[in-house]
Amino acid sequence: MTDNSAETRVLAMLAERLGRHDLTPESSITADAGLDSVSVMDFVLELEDEFDTTIPLDQLSNVRTVSELGAVISRLRGPVLEAAPRSGLNGQSS
Amino acid sequence: MSVEARLREAAERFSTVKALGRDPSALSFERMISPVEGVLEGREVLLFGTNNYLGTTMETACIDAAIEATREYGVGTTGSRIANGTYGGHRALEQRIADFYGRRSAIVFSTGYLANLGTICGLAGKDDQILIDADSHASIYDACRMSGSEIIRFRHNNAADLERKLKRLEGRPGLKLVVVEGIYSMLGDTAPLDEIAEVKRKAGPEVCLVVDEAHSLGVLGATGRGQAEAQGVEADCDVIVGTFSKSLGTIGGFCVSDIPGFDTLRALSRPYMFTASGSPGNVAAAMAAIDRLEAEPAIRKRLWENTRRLYGGLSGIGLTLGPEPSPVIGLVCPDPSTAVMLWNDLIDRGLYTNIALPPATPNGLALLRVSVSSAHTPEHIDRALAIFCEAAAAFGLGGDLGLSVGAPPATAARGPAELPELASDAAMR
Repeated sequence: MTDNSAETRVLAMLAERLGRHDLTPESSITADAGLDSVSVMDFVLELEDEFDTTIPLDQLSNVRTVSELGAVISRLRGPVLEAAPRSGLNGQSS
Repeated sequence: MSVEARLREAAERFSTVKALGRDPSALSFERMISPVEGVLEGREVLLFGTNNYLGTTMETACIDAAIEATREYGVGTTGSRIANGTYGGHRALEQRIADFYGRRSAIVFSTGYLANLGTICGLAGKDDQILIDADSHASIYDACRMSGSEIIRFRHNNAADLERKLKRLEGRPGLKLVVVEGIYSMLGDTAPLDEIAEVKRKAGPEVCLVVDEAHSLGVLGATGRGQAEAQGVEADCDVIVGTFSKSLGTIGGFCVSDIPGFDTLRALSRPYMFTASGSPGNVAAAMAAIDRLEAEPAIRKRLWENTRRLYGGLSGIGLTLGPEPSPVIGLVCPDPSTAVMLWNDLIDRGLYTNIALPPATPNGLALLRVSVSSAHTPEHIDRALAIFCEAAAAFGLGGDLGLSVGAPPATAARGPAELPELASDAAMR
């Protein structure tokens, strides 16, 4: 089963950053959330700190939605690390 | 989508800028009076928006060298460095640059952009990792994409973030290339190369540190070699990249290194191999410019006197500036529209600066990029300050509004790597 906690946390962080509550996992990060290319890369820096992982820019080339970004992070971190969030952002049931 | 529609869409992105006055990308100078004065729209303007830090463009020795080389060898070479495009002048210039830096090897490229492209993508390939400062120039982002390497961006001027990211790569095979700049060209802030060098040293021999001294050559360091020299860490900087098109006043680029066998890079670097070499005139002018740089340290002293005069004056007006006095001063505007209108207004008043708008700027800032030259006289600077003062008053900037000297930007990029999906709305690259 795919762990979607990264997706949930990405969505929460994006919503907090933009002050919006209408975004969904299927929202486009650029078209729907309205981030330009540099803002996306700066958001990625925040995600790297949050998830304590490195997200290479070249791995974002096919990413369009929040869900896809979450999937990249899950893949980079591996299944074990998903159980240990660093912040209090929700999305974790344990 | 048709090509016409694509172009129309792109043009529309700039329509808001054009609607507020001039098209920044379409300006042309009708005449140059001096390195710091030109004629624009039929009127004389003071130039505070160039990269002519040492006023070299109109230096007699450089002009004479270019004329002489052009007469002797022609206006161009019609070939690449690996075919028929390497003349004695190219070789002599490489030796001259290697000697200037006290390094074993130097390679000359046709432009500064190509020097970054050719050095970075020549050294790193698809199984390697490149770690770049978030505020890196577009040429560095483009080089990363061309290399096919894994691209990792660390927070601007943040050695701790670099260290964290290098640590996560421990045990991974492949070369780890760290790329930073000496002076960042939008806000004029310098890299903490001492801290970055320490991180590099601790990370071990798999890490190669590349420093682009495009804006710091001739500007920083006891002999003008740049920020690595200024911070005493040249030995840790494995490769230095530079350009002729700023303090040296002509066009071309180079890299230098002490790495044994570095010259083999020529055979690995497509931007070296597949473009025409620099013209004999450019090459000769660069040579003369290095001679001048070395022989006349007083020019650099004058540049810094001018820098302090302008930075201090702009601070005195109460304008929000980049974090440190530098020949590049980023004047932070409250929003893009104000920046565009102020830029237009300054030209109307006889002062030319550069406009820089997001997303091509650090931290999404709307900037006027103001640059200083050793060729400015104190009177030029005072005149510019008087103009800035009038314009600031007209726009309600500075003074009692409480705007202060800006803090260093946390994160940003000037030349984002294209991320086909996520970056589809990027207006400027």
